[in-house]
Amino acid sequence: MNEFITLMKPELLLMAMIFILLISKLGVGFNQSNLMKLIQGMLLINFIAGFFMNGEGQLFDNMYHTSSLIVLEKNILNLGMVLISFLFTDWFKKCDHLAEVFVLMLTALLGMFYMISSGNLLMFYLGLEMATIPVAAAATFNLEKKVSSEAAMKMILSSAFSSGIMLFGISLIYGAMGTLDFSEIPALLNGDSLQVMAFIFLFTAFAFKMSVVPFHLWTADVYEGSPIGITAFLSVISKGAIAFVFVSTLYKVFQPFHEIWYNMIMVLSVMTMLVGNLFALRQQNIKRFLAFSSIAQVGFILIGVSSNSIQGATSVIYFVLVYIFSNLAAFGVAGLVSFFTGKENIDDYKNFYKTNPLLSWIFALALFSLSGIPPTAGFFGKLFLLTSGASNGNYAFLIIAALNMMISLFYYLKVVRAMFMDKNENPILPIQINFATKIALFVCGGGIVLAGFFGFVFDYIQALVK
Amino acid sequence: MQEIFIDKYIYLSMALFIIGMVGVMIRRNAIVVFMCIELMLNAVNLLMVAFSAKLNDAAGQMFVFFIMTVAAAEVAVGLAIIVMIYRNTRSIDINVANKLKW
Repeated sequence: MNEFITLMKPELLLMAMIFILLISKLGVGFNQSNLMKLIQGMLLINFIAGFFMNGEGQLFDNMYHTSSLIVLEKNILNLGMVLISFLFTDWFKKCDHLAEVFVLMLTALLGMFYMISSGNLLMFYLGLEMATIPVAAAATFNLEKKVSSEAAMKMILSSAFSSGIMLFGISLIYGAMGTLDFSEIPALLNGDSLQVMAFIFLFTAFAFKMSVVPFHLWTADVYEGSPIGITAFLSVISKGAIAFVFVSTLYKVFQPFHEIWYNMIMVLSVMTMLVGNLFALRQQNIKRFLAFSSIAQVGFILIGVSSNSIQGATSVIYFVLVYIFSNLAAFGVAGLVSFFTGKENIDDYKNFYKTNPLLSWIFALALFSLSGIPPTAGFFGKLFLLTSGASNGNYAFLIIAALNMMISLFYYLKVVRAMFMDKNENPILPIQINFATKIALFVCGGGIVLAGFFGFVFDYIQALVK
Repeated sequence: MQEIFIDKYIYLSMALFIIGMVGVMIRRNAIVVFMCIELMLNAVNLLMVAFSAKLNDAAGQMFVFFIMTVAAAEVAVGLAIIVMIYRNTRSIDINVANKLKW
């Protein structure tokens, strides 16, 4: 019993929060801002509690397993959740169904936790579904808006379709190997064509969820149509969780297949980077722009995955941490602007610096980090990813990646130029920033700068991956 | 006990799966698209049960129950969203969902 509590602590805490939120609807009489404070407090406690009393081991006949690395991944996701609840305080307070939005988001987070620590394909499937269905429901929260329901429909249809494909892969794996257990699969892989096909089906579903290029079409639409808090959740937490699972399943379970998936991931990575970057060039809407930039970032994550080494896995986890800080900072500023002024075009940001110096500095810092300009952590994240990719000696691949970084520099700096240098008759008026939002923005900004300077972050992750 | 011809089950479920997949791609009515997704899932269920009987292992049949439950949850959310779309646009044709492009 004791072991059960220590091992499943992150999940149990999340479940407790979900139940408290559900009960809070039963007429305890919280007003909106008290409820928001309660949620933020609970998330903060949850994040802090994540550092204490952690164990390693497995439960339920190897269905569920956990290790210090998995605990760290869960803590990173918890941190992202805390930052989201602080960043979008104003939007959440105005939302009619505040408790429900958080119940949905926390349920999705719970699903991601199960997915990350799954030791069996059944558990993995349940976690994955639990992580996507609530988000689709949350995406339609601007009830009267056409785009919001359209985004939700695109999301639920494409996620149901991709989970169908994944299930077919799972059933083929089951047929080819007679087991669903992650610990038994690697020994049974022998490059049989049925196994390869099963793997490709499974991989396709992963690619769908992570919006790798031929399967990315839903991403930009869903990001643009959803309310901004949900968009941030989707682009940061969901993507981060899938990247973690990607590292742990591909790296551990399908290790013997490395020859097969190396080429596949390489081609997909090149396509993802190119398409993400080239489409980001022509975007005018800031949310869409960030959506395509996040597709391009997935391409870089794939470089780390393809390297199939400890360093690769480490750099992917490190990059996700940095990506959470930088992308949340960018979404936070874009969210504030769109909430207070309703403006979402990049042209509206002209001369933003004159009226909102703090916000524009944070935004610029976030964009520098996303494009990988040296003093920021994004630079180190990309540097580690590329070095781990270089260990395979495929230099053409790395040159393409480097060229893509140049393209991305162009469009990220275009926004920065609009904010700092372009003239504008009626710039966005000064925005009153909530105290909680300000703290979150500073944490993001601090994270972007400091995570790069302190080498022990990377060393710590590397020690855990081993 | 009868012998199980596993290859025939694989062909049948693959055919069902492909019919479902093609349906998702070409049909324009949101509810029909959901039905096609259900068809894909049922093809998987069939294959799971066949493999399970072939391997003499219960895990596959157990999996089928979970697939059915999750599919029900998925469709519940999906139909709610379709109702939403219908209220906003008076149609459940996928082609009306064209506000977000490129």
